Amino acid sequence: MGVLDSKIPSGPLADKWTNHKNKIDLVNPANKRNIDVIVVGTGLAGGSAAATLAELGYNVKTFCYQDSPRRAHSIAAQGGVNAAKNYQGDGDSVYRLFYDTVKGGDYRSREANVHRLAEVSTNIIDQCVAQGVPFAREYGGLLDNRSFGGVLVSRTFYAKGQTGQQLLLGAYAAMNRQIQRGKIKSYTRHEMLDMVLVDGKARGIIARNLVTGEIERHSGHAVVLATGGYGNLFFLSTYCMGANVMAAWKAHKRGAFFANPCFTQIHPTCIPVSGDHQSKLTLMSESLRNDGRIWVPKNIEDAKAIREGRLKPTELKEEDRDYYLERRYPAFGNLVPRDVASRAAKERCDAGYGVNKTGEAVYLDFAAAIMRYGREKALTSGMKNPDDATVRKLGEEIVEAKYGNLFQMYEKIVDQNPYKTPMMIYPAVHYTMGGLWVDYNLMTTVPGCYAAGEANFSDHGANRLGASALMQGLADGYFVLPYTIGDYLSDDIRTGPISTETEEFDAAEKNVRERIEKLMSTKGEHSVDYYHKRLGKIMWNKCGMARNEKELKEAMKEIAELRKDFWENVKVPGSPDAKNQELEKAGRVADFLELGELFAKDALDRNESCGGHFRDEYQTPEGEALRDDKNYTYVAAWEYKGEPSKAKLHKEDLVYENIEVKTRSYK
Amino acid sequence: MKLYLKIWRQKNAESKGSMVEYTLDGIENDMSFLEMLDVLNEGLINKGEEPVEFDHDCREGICGTCSLMINGRPHGPDSKITVCQLHMRSFNDGDTIVIEPWRAKAFPVIKDLIVDRNSFDRIQQAGGYISVNTSGRPVDANAIPIEKDLADASFNAATCIGCGACVAACKNASAMLFTSAKVSQFALLPQGRVEASERVLNMVRQMDLEGFGNCTNTGACEVECPKGISLENIARMNREYLSASVKG
Repeated sequence: MGVLDSKIPSGPLADKWTNHKNKIDLVNPANKRNIDVIVVGTGLAGGSAAATLAELGYNVKTFCYQDSPRRAHSIAAQGGVNAAKNYQGDGDSVYRLFYDTVKGGDYRSREANVHRLAEVSTNIIDQCVAQGVPFAREYGGLLDNRSFGGVLVSRTFYAKGQTGQQLLLGAYAAMNRQIQRGKIKSYTRHEMLDMVLVDGKARGIIARNLVTGEIERHSGHAVVLATGGYGNLFFLSTYCMGANVMAAWKAHKRGAFFANPCFTQIHPTCIPVSGDHQSKLTLMSESLRNDGRIWVPKNIEDAKAIREGRLKPTELKEEDRDYYLERRYPAFGNLVPRDVASRAAKERCDAGYGVNKTGEAVYLDFAAAIMRYGREKALTSGMKNPDDATVRKLGEEIVEAKYGNLFQMYEKIVDQNPYKTPMMIYPAVHYTMGGLWVDYNLMTTVPGCYAAGEANFSDHGANRLGASALMQGLADGYFVLPYTIGDYLSDDIRTGPISTETEEFDAAEKNVRERIEKLMSTKGEHSVDYYHKRLGKIMWNKCGMARNEKELKEAMKEIAELRKDFWENVKVPGSPDAKNQELEKAGRVADFLELGELFAKDALDRNESCGGHFRDEYQTPEGEALRDDKNYTYVAAWEYKGEPSKAKLHKEDLVYENIEVKTRSYK
Repeated sequence: MKLYLKIWRQKNAESKGSMVEYTLDGIENDMSFLEMLDVLNEGLINKGEEPVEFDHDCREGICGTCSLMINGRPHGPDSKITVCQLHMRSFNDGDTIVIEPWRAKAFPVIKDLIVDRNSFDRIQQAGGYISVNTSGRPVDANAIPIEKDLADASFNAATCIGCGACVAACKNASAMLFTSAKVSQFALLPQGRVEASERVLNMVRQMDLEGFGNCTNTGACEVECPKGISLENIARMNREYLSASVKG
């Protein structure tokens, strides 16, 4: 494999995408009917790509492990989707969205990709409204917006706290239309277990029917991986239980480089861990930081009293509270980017100011917002001198309209009423900026293998801004991939159907069967979850919000040992020829046990702090991240060489021609 | 707390199932219901037995995957939540808990507590969309103002998670609440009006083909719906269906 070529088109930044579209090869409609495309994953990126490709005329096969495409974890995205519409007239523009995203990513993303993302962002909103996505509206009937972290404009479109659900159902509906037309064949409860290369090109996959256990061969002229991120590496995360890295990791083993694996987003506002039994963490949307104020007690004695239940947060006077984000970052306050907010919470809790029994929680308080909204509502309703109780009631109604489902979710889990007492929150793993390396066309280093959405690495650098994941997933699927894939497929119009009865498919299927056999036959001591939890502990403690050389080296060693133990001692009950959830989990955890080591290696190799990657050794005297632009302005793309520790580093230098690279400041 | 569980075990779609009893100790209030089942399964695996299979994914009440009948109620005793949001503090030490899969002809059991809900997908495929091309450039999103109340009503219908609790709750195993939610979402929006007649006819036809029962206005579906989807949607669908049928 040669040098990484990002294939960024020449010309001025703002014209690159338009010029590129004008120059790339197209496939005529009659020929599209002879071309098959496999799409793995049916979230926002996969669902929108599948629908659009089918609509263009390609024959599409989609695969998802869920029982319906509609259940992909994009559905759980709460807050919103960004777009540079500037409907609010608050100074937004394509350039500003581009700038915010590059800056938010701590100058570790590719300029051309991010600009394209900002350009097509406005199409997403037009598209979704046309599809019947019921976004929130103002009384005048026009679309409403709100603010998210790391920006100074209101550009986030939303549907209460269920924006991801509504966008995914839009993409699912678009898929359904094509399924009905016979242009998409949807395989549900199917998992991709390997990718098949023919003459160096991605030409198919081996999948397991999760209901019957059958191993199936599927061929196509191109394979699109839209299989999301790998945050479940940490065991506890806001990901769904089934989220895994299998498809991306198998592609990696077949030659696709894996980029920036250590760039992980730890989201600041999640419900804290309550005990050892915990299976997942629940996010409280970043949109809550529009109205919630984050604080801990100013005095350590008060924090102690709260932890021991002797003091209630509502009893603490205003002057005894430390609104530490507002104190440290006056310009952005509670709306600093996620990495900054998470580290600040960790700093306070590590210093002993945590407010729950484990000492790992801070407050997110809506009391001020409730009163502010209540007073405004009282005024517009013509009430004169309303009492506090009335104002609070009016305010609670407005807050409920904005965040009702989130408050309900919180109350069900924690058993406290967040309208009356502040929420407790703590950072949790939420998103992975790293992923399969792709060029400008979203193609990996394996010809014909594309990666879209969270599965690729391209747009968010070292930290993703809120409401940008939905934007990127849909941009890739609706507006980028359908163009760029044509350029590649235009060479395949005479190829004809790809046979699955070839040596390459035989070998890949044999590989898959042997691995399942090995997992089933070990019959060892421990369940799959036992290993997953242990891996998660190593990751969180040594590769989490703050990392250092010593612990990363330990992590690499411990993960390698754990992996060895897994293959000797894991216990998978049941049969491979039937529905078997333990076998499904075992395959996924086996991959995490490899990726985890590469993750630590990548973090160790990056001797700087940037975005979500914070190295203890590299920080300013004030505790802010200290980048090393001279030596690390590059994408680290790893080539598989057997053991993860032996992976070979390839560098894609990042060139900033349109943005001045400077120290990120939100003060 | 100590619990006595009675759980439906069924090897596969072809085999006959039965209730199996388990005793479980050391369950804490803060655990979710599914975490309680995780504890049960960990114990079963360690004993060398096959764990109980159940559908679940997001564990935050939005994906609609989890689907358990608990003591005869879809998603258990609490209201407006899914099983994954149900916490053990809703139960008491010494309780007996009966756990079954959704029971409906159109939802055949796959294994243990897992059922096949692809019939829901096929209803959506029959017309649950607006026929606009994703690759085109439609008009600006703000070109058509939509009354806030209508947009909100459409949104409320659109929050259906497709879990199937409505079918499981219904004595007729009717899918009217599910189908009407999708019909309503589009019928309430100007973009969706264009194909409204064809949509409602096609979706209702598919619903009947799948073997779901009829609606007899009992309202159990609305009571058990984790997202509070309103019966008004069924009334709206009936109106839409009638006027579409008359138009022919």
